[in-house]
Amino acid sequence: MARALINLPSTARPGEVIEIKTLIQHPMETGFRPGPNGQMLPRDIITRFVCSYDDAEIFVADLHPAIAANPFLTFTTVATASGTLRFTWSGDNGFVQTETRTLTVA
Amino acid sequence: MKTWALALLVALPAAAGEIAPADRRSGFDFMSRENQAMQQDDGANPGMLWVQDGAALWRDRPAPSAPACAECHGEAAETMRGVAARYPAFDAASGGPVDLAERINICRTERQQASPLPAESQPLLGLTAFVAHQSREQPIAPPEDPRLAPYRARGEALYRQRMGQLDFACAQCHDDNWGKRLAGSVIPQAHPTGYPLYRLEWQGLGSLQRRIRGCLTGVRAEPFPPGAAEYVELELYLMWRARGLPLETPAIRP
Ligand code: HEC
Ligand code: HEC
Repeated sequence: MARALINLPSTARPGEVIEIKTLIQHPMETGFRPGPNGQMLPRDIITRFVCSYDDAEIFVADLHPAIAANPFLTFTTVATASGTLRFTWSGDNGFVQTETRTLTVA
Repeated sequence: MKTWALALLVALPAAAGEIAPADRRSGFDFMSRENQAMQQDDGANPGMLWVQDGAALWRDRPAPSAPACAECHGEAAETMRGVAARYPAFDAASGGPVDLAERINICRTERQQASPLPAESQPLLGLTAFVAHQSREQPIAPPEDPRLAPYRARGEALYRQRMGQLDFACAQCHDDNWGKRLAGSVIPQAHPTGYPLYRLEWQGLGSLQRRIRGCLTGVRAEPFPPGAAEYVELELYLMWRARGLPLETPAIRP
């Protein structure tokens, strides 16, 4: 499993705008670079990131070649109710990783 | 890096001598605000992914019968605090200086009966970053060990020796012309404050040896072979030259 860092507050007030930062370890190999033997390195990238808050998708991103290795994505959401945030990265070679964090809203 | 050759045709002015303590600056100070912010936010610093790798390797046994680092050394925040600030250190068993990564590999082979981790491999960079991270903000404090003196002196001689087709010494860039630009890059003072560090150009973590190899190929010198004694000698001199500056591992550099 790839290492991932997710930063968000564990508690928030109702209606508060919270910032969420995500970072995941991934080579994001573009498919356009020659390897040490002169052959093209096969493409190996994350193609999609989805964050859902309970059952609602709150942030989605499509990723493409030439996005830096170890992609860092940051976004905001409104804290509505206590619940679970689910973060899923998926991409080439069957890559899928999901992380969850709980948020208490009070 | 390829652009160096052209930039160097415009000869660099020479010989200002050693940097006065009050003028010593980490490479951090020469970076853009954005890169500084990335380094200072543990949630955005990609080097922290390697520190996490290292933390897991610290806790886990390499084999069911071999003790984990943590079983001997306990809580790294206490036992490893300040350690990286005084490396390279003299290793009595081998009769020479070892850097932090080599010291970790000595424990791998002698205390864990495991095979040494290859230089520049993800697990070795991770463990080294994890151990060095425990010294973040500690001032670099090279040991006053007289056995290190001849190695450090050789490191200083290498630092002042012209090398490569472009015939430049480390000192000509890093003592005499720091703060100026070489093509698109600012020439820093070459203080090893943040290693292993995340270089945006590398898109990953790398060691001080890898960084020095980059400068050697930059002046079109043949890099010393991986693991050569020259790297530890240079590191001894660079750490002495940077004494007092705080460690930053894992730093970010362009
Ligand atoms: C021609 C000028 C030049 C020479 C000669 C040179 N360097 Fe560098 N060095 C640079 C530049 C420019 C950088 C900044 C990184 C970059 O953009 O390449 C750098 C970066 C470094 C760093 C990274 C500092 C940090 O903040 O992490 C170290 C360490 C270093 N050099 C050591 C050396 C050593 C040791 C030598 C001699 C073997 C040397 N350099 C020779 C130009 C030079
Ligand atoms: C079986 C016990 C044992 C295990 C397991 C072990 N070490 Fe050690 N380690 C020692 C002892 C004892 C020393 C001090 C050796 C000496 O001074 O000669 C030491 C020294 C060190 C030092 C140098 C400390 C200093 O103050 O200079 C570092 C760094 C280190 N170990 C890291 C590690 C790491 C990382 C691991 C796991 C990969 C590890 N050790 C596993 C026993 C162990």
